Amino acid sequence: MSRIAARFAKLKAEGRGALMPFVEAWDPDHATSLALLKGMPAAGADLIEIGCPFTDPMADGPTIQLAGRRALDAGASMKNTLAMVRDFRADDTDTPIILMGYLNPILSYGVERFCADCAGFGVDGLIIVDLPSEEADLVLPHATANGLDIIRLIAPTTDDARLPLVLNGSSGFVYYVSITGITGTRTASGDELADAIPRIRRFTDLPIAIGFGVRTAAQAAGAVTHADGAVVASALIDIVKADLDSNGGKPKPDTVARVLAQVTALAEGVRGVRSAA
Amino acid sequence: MNAPSPRFGANSLRNGPDARGRFGEFGGRFVAETLMPLILEVEAAYNAAVADPAFQPELDRYLKDYVGRPSPLWFAQRLTDRLGGAKIYFKRDELNHTGAHKINSCMGQILLAKRMGKTRVIAETGAGQHGVATATVCALFGLPCTVYMGAVDVARQAPNVFRMKLLGAEVIPVTSGASTLKDAMNEALRDWVANVRDTFYIIGTVAGPHPYPMMVRDFQSVIGNEAKAQLHEAEGRLPDMCVAAIGGGSNAMGLFHPFLDDPSVRLIGVEAAGHGLDTFQHAASLSRGRPGVLHGNRTYLLQNEDGQIQEAHSISAGLDYPGIGPEHSWLHEIGRVEYEAATDQEALDAFQLCTRTEGIIPALEPAHALAHVAKIAPAMDRDKIIVMNLCGRGDKDIFTVAEALGVKL
Ligand SMILES: Cc1ncc(COP(=O)(O)O)c(C=O)c1O
Repeated sequence: MSRIAARFAKLKAEGRGALMPFVEAWDPDHATSLALLKGMPAAGADLIEIGCPFTDPMADGPTIQLAGRRALDAGASMKNTLAMVRDFRADDTDTPIILMGYLNPILSYGVERFCADCAGFGVDGLIIVDLPSEEADLVLPHATANGLDIIRLIAPTTDDARLPLVLNGSSGFVYYVSITGITGTRTASGDELADAIPRIRRFTDLPIAIGFGVRTAAQAAGAVTHADGAVVASALIDIVKADLDSNGGKPKPDTVARVLAQVTALAEGVRGVRSAA
Repeated sequence: MNAPSPRFGANSLRNGPDARGRFGEFGGRFVAETLMPLILEVEAAYNAAVADPAFQPELDRYLKDYVGRPSPLWFAQRLTDRLGGAKIYFKRDELNHTGAHKINSCMGQILLAKRMGKTRVIAETGAGQHGVATATVCALFGLPCTVYMGAVDVARQAPNVFRMKLLGAEVIPVTSGASTLKDAMNEALRDWVANVRDTFYIIGTVAGPHPYPMMVRDFQSVIGNEAKAQLHEAEGRLPDMCVAAIGGGSNAMGLFHPFLDDPSVRLIGVEAAGHGLDTFQHAASLSRGRPGVLHGNRTYLLQNEDGQIQEAHSISAGLDYPGIGPEHSWLHEIGRVEYEAATDQEALDAFQLCTRTEGIIPALEPAHALAHVAKIAPAMDRDKIIVMNLCGRGDKDIFTVAEALGVKL
C-alpha cells in the first residue's frame, strides 16, 4: 500500500479527515521552508504538499506567485526541492509528501529521471496543474513505474460526462478545486461543497481533498464534513509574507513557530469533525 | 474523437494539427482542469462554425466592409532599386482598420464568441495592437472587454493604451514577472479560470492551447491566400520567398500557410535578436530556446536549465515573447520554414529605410522582417520575387524610435 493510501486508511479508522498544509519549497529561503516542512507533522499535518516554484504559475493567485518568485530568487530548483524531501525523510518515514507544480520544470528535468528521483527521495504523489487527462500519457507511465500516485484535479467545471476520463489513471486521492478561480482568492460555500462532493463520490472510491480557498480552521472543518481532507496554502504563506514585509524581507525568529501554530489550529478544526465517509 | 479528415490531401503540410491539437510533438492542451471543458467547448464551436456555410460569408463581409480587405500587394519599386536585387512586394496589412493584421483574427474570434453566447471578452496584448483590435471588435459588437497588458508595455505603448480606453475597454497593467507580454498572458489565463462561464478569451497569436494555434492561423491565412492570388495577377507566378516577423507567429503563419505545399517558395520567419543572439537579451525562441510547455502548448521556449522561463527582450513590444506558436516549432524541426533573426539596431535601420524609400512608416515588428530582406535581397537575382508581410503600421512606435534615435519629442 502506498504511504498515501495507508494514511487515509488510518484516518478512516480514526474516523476523521486529513489536514494537508502546503509549503512552497525555498520560500523565503531553504532553512525556513525546511524547518516548516519538518515541523508540520508534529503540528498536526496528516499529509504535506510541497509547492515546486515556477516562473509562470498559471493557476495561482498573487500569494503563491510571489512565494514562487521569492523561492527562485533564493535559489530554488527542482533538484534542491527534491533534496528537501530527502532531508525530511531522514526523520519521517510515514507522512505522505505530494509535490505540486507545473509541467515545464519536470520536462526540463526529464520526466523519467524525475519520477525515479521522486521515488528514490521519498515523494509519494504528484499534482501537475497544467497536465490535464488529455496530456497525462506524458507522465503517467513513468509515475506508475515508480509507484508514484498521480493526483488529479477536479473542478466545478468537470461535468459528469468528463469525470470518468479525469478519474481514469488517478490514484492516492483526488483534489477538488472548490472554486472556478485561482488560488488564494475565493472560498466555496458549504452548499457548493454539499453538491459537489457527493457528485464526485458517485464516480470514485478514492478519498477527496478540497483545496483552493480553505483558509481558516472553521473552513477546514467545513471541508472535512463533506470530503476527506482539506488543503491549506495561501493562508499559511500569508503569515510568512506579512513577516517578510514588516521585517525588511527577512523572516522573524518566530515566523516558523507562528506558521506551525496556525497548522495546529487548522488541525484542531479538522479533528473536531467526525468523518463524512 | 475522430481525427479531422485531411483538408489538403494526404501529403500536405497544411493538415495539422491532429485531433489532440499537435503539430508533430508540438501544441496540445496543457491547461488546468478548470479550463479544459471550456477549451473543448471552444474547439467544438469552432468546428461547427467552419462547417456552417453561413459563417465564412459573414466573416468575409466584415473583413471586406469593416476591416478593408483585401489589403493591397504593393511592389516596392524604390526599395527594390535601392537594394539592387530581388523584387520586393509588401503585403500591406498595415492598411487594415486598427493598423495591423491582428484584427483579422479578432473578427473571426468575436463572431465565434457571439455564436457561443459569451457576454464578456478578455485579451492579452504586447504592443497594444491586439488589444486595440480586440477593443475595436468589442465596441462593434457591444461586448465588455478587459485587456491585460504588461506594465512595461503600458509605458512604452501609451498611445495604444489610450486608444483601448477610448474604445471602452478596461486596461489592466500587469506587474508580475518582467511585466511584458508573457505575464499579460498569464494574467488573462487566470482571469479566464475565474470567469469560465461567461467569458471568451481572444488570443492574439498562434499560441495558447488547442484550438487557438489552429484557429488563429486559419483566420490569419487570409493574408497568404490574398497575397498568392494578387502576385499571380501581377506576375503570373508564385513568389520565390516569403518573409515575416515572428512574435508569437500569427502574421507569419497567416502568410506562410497557403504556401506550405509550394516547395519552390522559401519561407523565412524573422525572430527578434534584441541586443544580439549571444547576449541574454533577445526573443529568439527557435534560435536559442528548447522545447517546453508554457501557456497551454508545447513549443520552443527561452528557459534556463531548470525549466524556468526566461524573460525575452526586444525593442518591439509585439515580439517580446519567450515562446512561439507550436506550428512554427514543427515547421522549424521539419525544415520547411527557415528562421533567422534581426537585432534592435537592424530593425531601427530598416524602419528608417522603409520610411524614406517607400513613404510607409512600418511597425517595429515588420521592420525586423524588412531588416532580413535588406540583408538577403541584394545578393538575389533581379528576376526573383520576395513577398514581405508589412503587418503593421508604425504610429504606435514613433516614441520608442525617437528615444532610440536620441530625439526628444
Ligand atoms: C504589427 C505587429 N506585428 C507582429 C506582431 C507579433 O505577433 P505575431 O508574431 O503573432 O504576428 C505584433 C504583436 O503585437 C504586431 O503588433
